[in-house]
This record gives sequence, C-alpha cells and structure tokens, in this order.
Amino acid sequence: MKVFLDHASTTPVLQASLDALVAALSEVGNPQSVHSHGQSTRALLEDARDELALAVDCNRSEVIFTSGGTESNNQAIKGIFWERNKEASRPVIISSSIEHHALLDPIEWLCKHEGAQLELVRLKVNGEIDLEDLERLVQEFGDRIALISLMWVNNEVGIITDITAVTKIAGSIPVHSDAVQALSHLPLSFKDSGLAAMSISGHKIGAPIGVGALIVARSLKPESLLHGGGQERGLRSGTMSYPLAKALSTAVRVSVAEMPKRQAALKKLRDEFEQRLLERIPEAKISAGDAPRVEHSSNVILPGTKSDSMLFLLDEQGLSVSAGSACQAGVLGPSHVLMGMGYSEADATACLRVSFGHSSKPEDVSFAVQAIANAYTKALKAQAVASRT
Amino acid sequence: MRVLAAMSGGVDSAVAAARAVEAGHEVVGVHLALSRMPGTLRTGSRGCCTIEDSMDAQRAATKLGIPYYVWDFSERFKLDVVDDFVAEYQAGRTPNPCMRCNERIKFAALLERGLALGFDAVCTGHYASVTADDEGNFELHRSLEMAKDQSYVLGVLTQQQLAHSMFPLGATASKDLVRAEADARGLSVANKPDSYDICFIPEGDTREWLRDFVPSDAGKIVDQEGNELGEHDGHVGFTIGQRKGLRIGRPAKDGKPRYVLEIRPKTNEVVVGPEVALQIDQLAGSRYSWCGKAPENPSEFFDCQVQVRAHGDTVPASAAIVDGELVINLKEPFYGVAPGQTAVLYVGTRVLGQTTIDRTRSAVSASV
Repeated sequence: MKVFLDHASTTPVLQASLDALVAALSEVGNPQSVHSHGQSTRALLEDARDELALAVDCNRSEVIFTSGGTESNNQAIKGIFWERNKEASRPVIISSSIEHHALLDPIEWLCKHEGAQLELVRLKVNGEIDLEDLERLVQEFGDRIALISLMWVNNEVGIITDITAVTKIAGSIPVHSDAVQALSHLPLSFKDSGLAAMSISGHKIGAPIGVGALIVARSLKPESLLHGGGQERGLRSGTMSYPLAKALSTAVRVSVAEMPKRQAALKKLRDEFEQRLLERIPEAKISAGDAPRVEHSSNVILPGTKSDSMLFLLDEQGLSVSAGSACQAGVLGPSHVLMGMGYSEADATACLRVSFGHSSKPEDVSFAVQAIANAYTKALKAQAVASRT
Repeated sequence: MRVLAAMSGGVDSAVAAARAVEAGHEVVGVHLALSRMPGTLRTGSRGCCTIEDSMDAQRAATKLGIPYYVWDFSERFKLDVVDDFVAEYQAGRTPNPCMRCNERIKFAALLERGLALGFDAVCTGHYASVTADDEGNFELHRSLEMAKDQSYVLGVLTQQQLAHSMFPLGATASKDLVRAEADARGLSVANKPDSYDICFIPEGDTREWLRDFVPSDAGKIVDQEGNELGEHDGHVGFTIGQRKGLRIGRPAKDGKPRYVLEIRPKTNEVVVGPEVALQIDQLAGSRYSWCGKAPENPSEFFDCQVQVRAHGDTVPASAAIVDGELVINLKEPFYGVAPGQTAVLYVGTRVLGQTTIDRTRSAVSASV
C-alpha cells in the first residue's frame, strides 16, 4: 500500500484541469498570430486569464502567466527591485528568514551582485511575523525601501501571515507575497489584500507542473527578466502556453470553488492525525502549533530522530511525506524555517511535514500514524548509534 | 539478506549493487554525502560537491530498480577523516584518508546506521573477497585481479565488520569486464573515468590544499649530522623519499642526489640524506587491528608479507606484538616509508591485519 501525504510538495492533477489541458492541446495556432487559428488559441489564453482573475479577485490585465512559483518570485523580486532602485536610492528589501528559497535566493543574489540590502523582520515566539518589528523597519528605512516581500502561508509549517496588516503598515511601499501555499487553502482576494504583486503556482493546487502566474498590480511596472516578443504586458516574453494557462485557470477555479468543503474535511484529517500521533508519541511536538496556520498540513518534530532516517523508514512502508528541503544532490539539511523560528538544529533536522490534499482519505490517517510510530523506534536507535563516538 | 549498497556514482559500486540484486538480495542504494560547502543565507543549509556523482548513482539505482537515498555523513567525515588528515600532516606524518574513511565511515557510521535501520550488510564496489569458514570466522582476501586489488584499503576491517560486508567484485578477473558488464546492463556510468584523487581535494593537489589548513613557517633543511643545508617554506610541503624541489644550494660531498629522510614538526626541520638512508628494515605501530581471526600467539614472531601502499609491492617479513606495538621486521628493505602510512600484513592472499606506522628503523644506521 502506498499513501501520498505530501500535497504541499505537489498534488495530483485534477481531472477537470487535465481535460482542459488535453482539449487545448488539440488546438493549433500561435496566440500572437493574426489568422483565425491564432485568434482561437488567443481566445483560450484570454479565457484562462478571465477565469484566473475571477478566482483570485484581480483585474484580468494583472495576470501574468509564468512557468511557476520560482519564476514568479524571481520576476517579482528582481523586477520590482530593479525598477525601484534605478537611482540606487532604494536598495533595501524587507523579508523574513522563513521564506521559500525561491524568494530568499533571488534576494541573496541581488545583495551579492546588485547592491541590495536585506532586512529581516523578526518573528514572534510562535513563529508569526512580528508586525511591530515590521513597523519599526518601515520607519527606519522609509523611502530607501524597494519592496517588502512576505509569504502568505509558510510552505513548511503552514503559518499564516496577516497580509492586509502588512500592506497597511507598508503604505506606499510595494509589497509582494508568495501565495503559492495560500491559494485554494485560504480565501484570497488580490484586490482587498493591498498587494502590489502575488506569486501563485499551478501544481500545488491540481494543475500540471510547469505553470503559474504572477499577479502584478496595474500601477506597477517592474523590469522584465525575459526579453523578446513582449508578451504578457511586456513582462514575460515567450510564446504563451494556452494549454497550460487553461489547465491552470481550470484548476484554480475548481479548487477555489471546492475550498470550503475540502478544507473542512482536511482539517478533520489533520487534527485527527496530530491528536493520534501525540497519543502514540507523546515526545512529538507540533511546529508552530500556537500560530494561526493552514488546516491541511502538519509539521511534526520527533526529537532524537534525523529526518533522512525517518523518510527512508517511511518510504519503506509506503508513506510519502517530506522534511525540510534537500539540496541538489539530495542531502536533507536542517529546516531553515524551523531554524529561523528559533528551534535548535537538532529539532530542525528531526521534522516531518505531513500534508493532506484533495485525494486524501480518512484511512490515510491511521496508516500514517502507524507508519510514523514504527519508524520512530528504529530512527531513535539509528540516531543513538550515530551519536556514539 | 537486506543489503545497503553504497553507491558513489562510479561504475564499480553500480555493478556491485547490480550483482547484489541479481544474487536475490533486497538491495537499497545509498549515496554518502561527505562534504559540505559553507552555508549562505539559508542558515544551516548545506551545499554539496557531489551533485553529478549523486545523479549518476541515482540513475544507476533506477536502472537496477532499487530505492535510492542520499545520506549525509559530512559531519562525521569532517571529524574522522578530514581533520585527522590535516592533523597527521601537521604532525609530519603521511596519512591514508581512504583507509580512515573505510574504518570510520563506510564500515562504521554507515554500517551501524544500516544495521540499526534493519539491514544485514553493506555492499561496496571494492575489489576484494570475503570468505567464511565453518566456524563463522571471516577472512578478507585479495581480489582475483591483482592490478585492481583493494584489499589493502580494507585492511582496517575487523571480524565484526567483515561479517556485515559484501564485495561482489572480488572475483572479477578485470576492470574491463566490469565496464563491459555495466554496459551490458545499460548503466550509463559504464565508461565513467576512474577516480584516483582524494575525494575532498578537488584539484588533486594535496600540498596546495593543505596550505589552507596548516601554517607554513620557514624552517631549516639539515643533513643527518644536523648541518644546515638550506631553508624550506613549511615542512608540510615535503614527503619522505622526496628528491625534487629541495632547493639545497651546495651539492652533497659524494655528488649523489639527496632525499627527504625525516620530517621533524617540533623543530620544523626537514632532514635529508643519501638514497641508501631511506632503506627501512623495521616498522612499528601501536594502532593495530586484526582483520578477522587474530594469530594464535601474536606475541611470537610469525611469517607474513607486508604492504605499505595501496598498489605497492609486498616484502616478506615477520611480525609480532611487542610491548603493545605491532613490530614488523622486514626481510627485504622498503624505501621511503613515512610514519602515518599503513602497513598491511598478508599471509598468501589473506589479509591478516594492519597498523598505522608510528616509527620506522633505517636499515643503514639502525637509528633514524
């Protein structure tokens, strides 16, 4: 038996999205072409834009289709920074230590090559963004700030940031948010959020891997990463993939529409999972358990284990979950998110993320609890052996 | 058996894993991440130097239809292998990091973790053979092909480690056969070049690499009588038996070339002398171990052969434990053996044991 509880990494493609993809793939025509073939695929692309704009509550011209979350984050961070820091007068980027690498690494690159200055907002004890500290930073750096970027929902521990409060504090400073883990898990309105830009990704919500979008406020004119045919408001050159756009918008429409019912069901599974796991392993700790967090995922610290042993022992039993992030060669490091939240390195290498999704079933909970309990005993033993010198 | 196949990304370990699968074992591939790069913004995260090798290993595992994981041993590797390597050079000795890795990492940290996680054995692509007698005593033997034989670097293994080790390539007649087999199995690493360098020294220049870790103060080059012959820019730049690059102004009295005979870290002196003074007739070390069953009476001298380099010749010798040291009397001299090297004892094809060499005795003066 195999059980997939790693939906925050990627989730199965929804049938409606797959159908939309296949239907669009059978059409021919470059959406930029003047002829009727081009006009019909252009219509598909623009339908997709409408569909997506409706689901995330933004203007249709604010939707820029991209290849996914990483591209959207890079485009937002670099594009806004380059635009706002043209005179080298606004080098400051405000962000947090628990952002995704697809956000931290572009900032780090800007710091290294373009003179950017990163200021990290402090976190509260429970892991939430400390809004008072954000206010302090905004006051201290004022007009020297190029942009603020804070993720809506953290990908590892699920902490929710009050984005509206952030944009209020920011005032006229553009705020970008990585909303990859928020979309279809929280009610989300770009218009009401006050954001200048927002990244979303398809494959986290039931679209295929390889498509996402950056929602960019009309008032904002970021520099472009890709130059060429000037598609997508000149921000994202390259022939537009109407099949992927259609697959994305369909998945967003369906998953957002089903959200209230699905999230309630997933919360039940997640809560039951945490409760039963803590009964079996009382030493376990729920990361960010005191913070507002999304309802479908759980980050558990199993003290005295190492996550690479745990993942091996769980995979052996057919349970797919994840832990922190691995480097290119596949080495699992301590979770930078837990480290950023102030957990010890030992705890940050002893965590597991269990995330439920639209294909999860009630029996997955008992399977996961049993598998983790089995693995836990062995992993403790392996770690005891390893720490013997 | 449940077998943990250590897969480096090279052809040997891939074919070894394939043979373990074919022999009917339940095999899981594991790649050891041994080095890490400094963390950046991602506090605490680590980069890797082994991306390509890790991918090669993964492709091989996929081809064999076995699960594959990367396990991080970089911390242990740094403590037990890299730091030891640096400390040994600092002490004027010449270490063998591959032996240390086998002793502390592959057949210790990895094996112990594997056993704790429910495995029975670790399988590697070393060219050597393990046999067991009826009483459950394990023996390590040279591989069938002497040119590739790697029993020397496995000489540190004990009975307990041998009991959980598997070397499926030991009975292969040549490396070419292993490559042909990899090709026939559709393994993409079939023609991947062999690696000869020390894995954590990417450019292969040990002395240059060491300069970052060991201060290189200038010191004296002296002869055996203590006469100053010149200056050096750090003793770590020298190795016993070295002839070139001594930068001694005056020629020797006998007109013959001079060689490094000894490195004295305490006084930062490098001692040079004639080639004949490199002749060694006795080796001794207190860090010894028996590979499998120990000799009946180790305190009485017994006949054996001894090898001091991975692909070096052996010479006949007799050895015994004397005052807590494994003392090896050579029946024919070795040239230029450095403390820190490992002496491995053989009886025929069997590896009997080993010691890290603490001291050597010159065959000529019997006093060095």
